[in-house]
Amino acid sequence: MISKVGMLTISGLEELGNMVGLVQGTFSEIFERVAKGRSPFRMDHVLLQGYRAGVGSVPMVILLSLFVGLTMALLTGYQLRVFGMETLVPAVVSVSFTREMGPLFTGIVLASRIGAAYTAELGAMTAGGEVQAIEGMGIGARRFLVAPRFLAIFFLTPCLAIISILSGIFGAALISELMLDISYGYFFDQVMTNLLIRDVLSGIAKSLLFGAIIGSIACYKGLAVKGGAVGVGTATTSSVVTAISSVIVVDSIFNIFILTFFP
Amino acid sequence: MSAPGKNLVEMQGVKLTLSEKVILEDVSISLPKEEVLVVMGLSGCGKSTLLGILMGLLTPDSGKVIFNGEDITKMSRSNLNLARTHIGMVFQNGALISSLTVAENVALPLEELTKKSASEIAEIVAQKLKLVDLEDASEKLPSELSGGMQKRTGLARALALEPELVLFDEPSAGLDPINSKLIDELIIKLRDEEKVTSIVVTHEMESAFTLATRMAFLHEGKILLQGTPDEFRNSKDPTISDFLTSFKNKEP
Repeated sequence: MISKVGMLTISGLEELGNMVGLVQGTFSEIFERVAKGRSPFRMDHVLLQGYRAGVGSVPMVILLSLFVGLTMALLTGYQLRVFGMETLVPAVVSVSFTREMGPLFTGIVLASRIGAAYTAELGAMTAGGEVQAIEGMGIGARRFLVAPRFLAIFFLTPCLAIISILSGIFGAALISELMLDISYGYFFDQVMTNLLIRDVLSGIAKSLLFGAIIGSIACYKGLAVKGGAVGVGTATTSSVVTAISSVIVVDSIFNIFILTFFP
Repeated sequence: MSAPGKNLVEMQGVKLTLSEKVILEDVSISLPKEEVLVVMGLSGCGKSTLLGILMGLLTPDSGKVIFNGEDITKMSRSNLNLARTHIGMVFQNGALISSLTVAENVALPLEELTKKSASEIAEIVAQKLKLVDLEDASEKLPSELSGGMQKRTGLARALALEPELVLFDEPSAGLDPINSKLIDELIIKLRDEEKVTSIVVTHEMESAFTLATRMAFLHEGKILLQGTPDEFRNSKDPTISDFLTSFKNKEP
């Protein structure tokens, strides 16, 4: 049992090291390219990946966040009503959605939707020899393939997190008006009063971190594919599981860090 | 650029181990400029691995891989990428970028590695596609091409940067005799007209003797023989004789 845990820890640390190596190698290829006075990646590739990761994920993020915000306000409201404190719902929902639920839900949606797509695409390219061909031509597979994907998900995760936060708060306001007798005016006034810039910055910083984690895991798993179609399937599953688990674990560590050092 | 006659490529005492299995051991080959070296051997003997080492895609445990007077195993990634622009490779399965059209595949190294204008790139792409007789397929995706067309597109892409050395990994594998002959003719054209130095990995004996100016036989990770096609034909080595005999027995 102990040896199994040890083996898993070692293999986990090895994977982490390889992932960090991939990110470091990608940035190093980008800087080498910039030093030569060339554009490090094709802007149309970044925009395409941005469109897929960002615009394509908007409906799903809005839908999920709307219903989660709605449910959260409803359950919190019913509990607080026992103490006659249901007027706290706007503050509770807006702060928790901004600091926690928005970035976390966005991370989970992107890990399953975009992370899986990145791994499957890069995995198929690895298995088909395309990645080897790009590397063999001297183009630099990491700069050409990883950089546009990584940058797209890194910068779009906070944008989607903001959309998620707004949708969640809107869902909460909707149910508060319908079932908790809290008017829209009072709700949004309470949101503006209780929500601090620090909450917003914390949510954005967290989502940037999630974007980096999902992008690194998805690209690493795709480029590490071995064994054809079966390998692509295994890598995609592993990518989604690893990315979602990492997002949740990092979220907890981030919360502890923020509340300890910036209370 | 090296002068004709001088070795363009040299491998000296190369050893490669993958997953604790020795794939290549003490492999030394040399190839003067403007010659075609055909590397033969049984399936799984390490022929394609040899090309991977020459491209710098695999790093040997020991030995030197000298291209144009410089050891590529000691190069920084940046210099290695620069050296790779002088080497073109035609992969066994084509390895074309599936999301790009034929023309875009051929244009890719030009767009990424040169500062040529769009019109210059378009001109080179048209010229390379004409060379491999694929002008009409320029807008097709790799999935819409036959195996022979994919290989020819791979060849056009490999030639886009006018490389000094072209590596062919099993160029006729999986092709019908007509397409196989077409690929052989293209390699001969490159050899005779364009003076391109090539290394061809194959176990197709007919192609090998048609293309080669020099031959090497790889067996269990070691070079058994390196010499002219005639030296190869007259070899008394039992493994090479068996290889030749099996081929002759296959002929109708």
